[in-house]
Amino acid sequence: MSAKILTVDDSASIRLTTRVTLSNAGYAVTEAVDGLDGLNKLKAGEYDLVVTDLNMPNMDGLTMIRELRKLPAHTGVPVIFLTTESDGEIKAQAKAAGATGWLTKPFDPESLVKIAKKVLGK
Amino acid sequence: MNNPDPISVFRTEAAELLEQIESGLLDLTRSLEDRDQIDAVFRGLHTLKGSGAMFGFEALAAFTHHCETAFDRVRKGDVPATHELVSAVLSAQDHMRALLETPNGDHDAMSAALLDNLHRAVNGAGSPTPITTVIATNPVVEKAGGLREWRIRFSLPANAMANGTNPLGLLDEMRDLGDCRIIADTTKVPELATLDPRGIHLAWDVTLKTEKPRSDIEDVFIFVMDDMALEIMEVAVDPPATALVDMPVAKAVVVTEREAPAVQAANDSKQAKSAENVRVPAERLDEMMDRVGELVIAQSRLTQLAGTAADLGLRSVSEEIERLSGELRDTMMVLRMMPVASLFSRFRRLVHDLSRETGKEIELITEGESTEVDKTVIDRLADPLVHLVRNSIDHGLEQPEERLAAGKEAKGKVILSAHQTGGEVIITIKDDGRGINRERVRAKAEASGIIQPGATLTDQDLLQLIFQPGFSTAQTVTNLSGRGVGMDVVKKTVEALRGTIDITSKPGEGSTVALRIPLTLAIIEGLLVRVGQGCYVIPLSAVEECLELSLEDDLRSRGRSFISLRDSLVPFLRLRELFRTGTQPDPHQKVVVISTGSERVGLVVDQIIGDHQTVIKSMSKLHHDVVTFSGATILGDGSVALILDVTHLVAAGQQQEAQLRAAG
Repeated sequence: MSAKILTVDDSASIRLTTRVTLSNAGYAVTEAVDGLDGLNKLKAGEYDLVVTDLNMPNMDGLTMIRELRKLPAHTGVPVIFLTTESDGEIKAQAKAAGATGWLTKPFDPESLVKIAKKVLGK
Repeated sequence: MNNPDPISVFRTEAAELLEQIESGLLDLTRSLEDRDQIDAVFRGLHTLKGSGAMFGFEALAAFTHHCETAFDRVRKGDVPATHELVSAVLSAQDHMRALLETPNGDHDAMSAALLDNLHRAVNGAGSPTPITTVIATNPVVEKAGGLREWRIRFSLPANAMANGTNPLGLLDEMRDLGDCRIIADTTKVPELATLDPRGIHLAWDVTLKTEKPRSDIEDVFIFVMDDMALEIMEVAVDPPATALVDMPVAKAVVVTEREAPAVQAANDSKQAKSAENVRVPAERLDEMMDRVGELVIAQSRLTQLAGTAADLGLRSVSEEIERLSGELRDTMMVLRMMPVASLFSRFRRLVHDLSRETGKEIELITEGESTEVDKTVIDRLADPLVHLVRNSIDHGLEQPEERLAAGKEAKGKVILSAHQTGGEVIITIKDDGRGINRERVRAKAEASGIIQPGATLTDQDLLQLIFQPGFSTAQTVTNLSGRGVGMDVVKKTVEALRGTIDITSKPGEGSTVALRIPLTLAIIEGLLVRVGQGCYVIPLSAVEECLELSLEDDLRSRGRSFISLRDSLVPFLRLRELFRTGTQPDPHQKVVVISTGSERVGLVVDQIIGDHQTVIKSMSKLHHDVVTFSGATILGDGSVALILDVTHLVAAGQQQEAQLRAAG
């Protein structure tokens, strides 16, 4: 069974790119348009990996990560956040919120797949 | 898959974002302090920058980055939202549209002017902050040069797993890099009682041989690098042996120490092939056996103590010692083992001599000579075997003419064989002679008062009579046997070795005597049981099964003392009554069914405690007439448990059965 990935991003173009990239790599992808939508989908189902943007309307990525770590079904689920910030501050905040790793935008499709493989393990 | 073109999706999205930004900015012109609008504009700019860079709109992304930075400062309260700023971003936003529509057009002059404008709005009419473009700096790629060895030591933050990091994944990634040797350092693992199973308490030492550069190793830890302890050191490959010895973990050193002697031993054995056998006085082996026995007792006390202590360190040492003493004991047993060939070889001469003396033609066949038995067994069995072989030849085998008349070959056969089953070795002496004449055995036994005239006996009981003291059926006393001493001595010797004797005999076809002897003498596997207050050991090799004595069975059987076991009735003995413990029986009594060859008997006990490795201590001379017990042993807590004599108990059980049967 292919691993299930939830991508959370308010940008339709980024969602499209991540979905195409990850489905081509054999993963089952579910999309959410912002943190609130993402959290509701996390509450409703189980995922092996979450890839999320941080800056989003309604609920930002950091809040969503904090909330998802409170869900018993998702403690320990790897969470990758997308960031354009190259400074360490946002990374430290996201990690404190419970993120596993990050991917710096702009990213190429291979690096997204590589990171998904890395955190999902073999 | 029919997916839309991401770039056209982005254009649509960017147009929406720009509208969103514009309307936000227009709202801000009315109320400058509107936090929601400030956030919305910032998010719009942020997304536009990020997505723009993704889809090749570098100029747009770079330009938008500056507007985003400016709004980020407003958002964080670094600079106030002013009308100048809002209008600067509004005009910048128009330029973004142009950058979006004609990404390859010449916009540089316009961009510079607008940014200048923006900086003035943010910083006042001061010095413009230098325009910096975000360029991802590629890490310097090290030149991959040949195979290098790295020593990597790392530990992860305790909450790493809760945050989605899989330590095994990291180890797997390192394995993918090259030849990898990983040792977990468990010294920081807390006691079980205080252990948080969700946390990571291990550290790892990795020796990695790879052609990949250092940056590839660092990449494994990229997400956790800031929060973890990580040391990556290159090891000089030249003297590879030092790599392990230098490992900063005690465990690794232990491993090296263990391997080194093995290598040494291998070298030695190559050099010294000629000196493979060492002759050692037997008593030294016996002494050593005693020490090993003491060690096993001490070890079982340690195991018991450690089992109740919360000290993890003590427990792991105790488990280590348990394993080592077990291995030592096994090695010791093997040292004492000798092939029965040394026992069988002496019979060739004996048979040859007997053949000449009796005029019988005899062929001696030996089988299973490589079967190994404890040295003591070999020593002690020599005489009884001589006696049994003599008996077969003297009483069993017929004269050649008698054999021919009976349709047999003139040459009689005596087969000596040995084989191992489980914890026992079975030695059989088989002949194809006339077999044992039951009538003569009975007549002789009645005449010498061993049995009452006309007593009912099973066939096996009847045959076993030949082992009674003072029994001999030989009509003429020959030089070889039939002196009436011997068979009872044979039986005693075998029983002293905790063995049993079975006889089968078919008139006209021959007899077989089978000796079942336990492989080892000093240490046995036992089943520890409790009867009343005392603990007793039943040799495990004799135990067939354990079952519960249900109250109904108990009541029904009272007076008769039989249990039905798969359609056969097995007599049982209540050890509580036999030992006169004077205690009330436990509500759920257990029956341990023991057997000696073909005979079975159940022993009723109060509790079955479990498997127990027992070092047999013989009982003092004062107790030499105690038949129910074959020895004693010391338990883990230092108390003494008696070892039940299975042969005697089975006999007692069968006797009880016979009495009940006789009584009707």
